[in-house]
Amino acid sequence: MSEAAVKKLPRIVINEKFCKGCSICIDFCPTDVLELKGNCVAVKNLEACTRCQLCDLRCPDFAIQVFD
Amino acid sequence: MSAPAVTEKKEKISVPFDYNKYLRPNKLPHIWCPGCGHGIVLKAMLRAIHNAGLDQDKVCVVSGIGCSSRTPGYVDFNTLHTLHGRALSFATGIKFAKPDMKVIVVTGDGDALAIGGNHFIHTCRRNIDLTVLVFTNATYGMTGGQYSPTTPIGSQATTSRYGSIEPPFDACEMAKAAGATFVARGTAYHTLELEKTILEAINHKGTSVVDIIDACPTYFGRMNKYKSATHMMEVIEKDGTVNVKQADKLPPEKVQGKALRGVLHKVERPEYCEQYESLIMEKAKGK
Ligand SMILES: Cc1ncc(C[n+]2csc(CCOP(=O)(O)OP(=O)(O)O)c2C)c(N)n1
Ligand code: SF4
Ligand code: SF4
Ligand code: SF4
Repeated sequence: MSEAAVKKLPRIVINEKFCKGCSICIDFCPTDVLELKGNCVAVKNLEACTRCQLCDLRCPDFAIQVFD
Repeated sequence: MSAPAVTEKKEKISVPFDYNKYLRPNKLPHIWCPGCGHGIVLKAMLRAIHNAGLDQDKVCVVSGIGCSSRTPGYVDFNTLHTLHGRALSFATGIKFAKPDMKVIVVTGDGDALAIGGNHFIHTCRRNIDLTVLVFTNATYGMTGGQYSPTTPIGSQATTSRYGSIEPPFDACEMAKAAGATFVARGTAYHTLELEKTILEAINHKGTSVVDIIDACPTYFGRMNKYKSATHMMEVIEKDGTVNVKQADKLPPEKVQGKALRGVLHKVERPEYCEQYESLIMEKAKGK
């Protein structure tokens, strides 16, 4: 199996009841992992996530967390 | 033993952080508008309290009235939501009665500097051990976007439809002049830096004031033609400020007109409760 195939992906946990769709996390994500679906954030490209945590840090609503 | 390798110790960032320990789950989600900076500041405050290693029952969070002042309702400490402008008066009473309590005041720029301006300067003058976090969004969010004492000249507000003509207060300059022994500034955008600044403020003995620039996208943002909360964070918080440590190294034109972030003033001076305690002890001994 190639190295890429075993690459462990992070786990992005979104609380849909808390997300207010403000887009802050989407706009500040350096690798464009997130997108807005309706009024809630969604993961568009998990592979690109660098686990930098900026989305969690700047989310005003306790709505997104990234686990290793 | 060989000398240790000269690798710079990387600071571990404190996320993912388990906020739930410090929240009242049945009160959430909070009432703040989409993109309101108050939630970002609240999170930095919780991480700082956690890092200070404080016992939750030994912390009291006190606020006045305003959107920012809704904070105590969401957090699991001793909490008090008081009267507009009077957070510092209630906090002074708590600290004086219970000097072992870590008292943290959460207040809006209107709450702290307009209606509460008098309490603000006298709190600083006494140097009572309170941590004062001023959520500076340059507007009265709760009442619909009137201008506040920090609204920049020329800005739109419901009470300044041709642009504000009043020069804004610099909360840090005022706190320093009035006698606060720890004065700092942060922004919601620089959230890790803010966390550290709040931690330093908590650990300081005496009146510690942190002026925190954050965004009210609903009123200040819309009325002043910002496209989004992100846009406000980029223009006002990121581009509109500079860290005090970098300011000296930058050419003057890169610093001019920007608000300084970081610890701006830190001195030691006798703390009010301690002074009072020693006076009473002295008198009790009949001296
Ligand atoms: C004695 C008194 N005067 C006026 C009001 C109305 N009032 C409620 S909140 C507020 C201003 C809030 O602005 P700020 O403190 O900056 O907080 P923000 O809502 O922007 O977070 C005012 C004037 C009040 N509640 N009590
Ligand atoms: S952790 Fe960083 S890279 Fe991953 S989604 Fe969040 S902001 Fe984007
Ligand atoms: S920052 Fe938070 S509330 Fe805003 S869109 Fe992202 S997850 Fe939702
Ligand atoms: S009115 Fe402004 S300060 Fe109040 S919750 Fe909405 S965005 Fe935040």
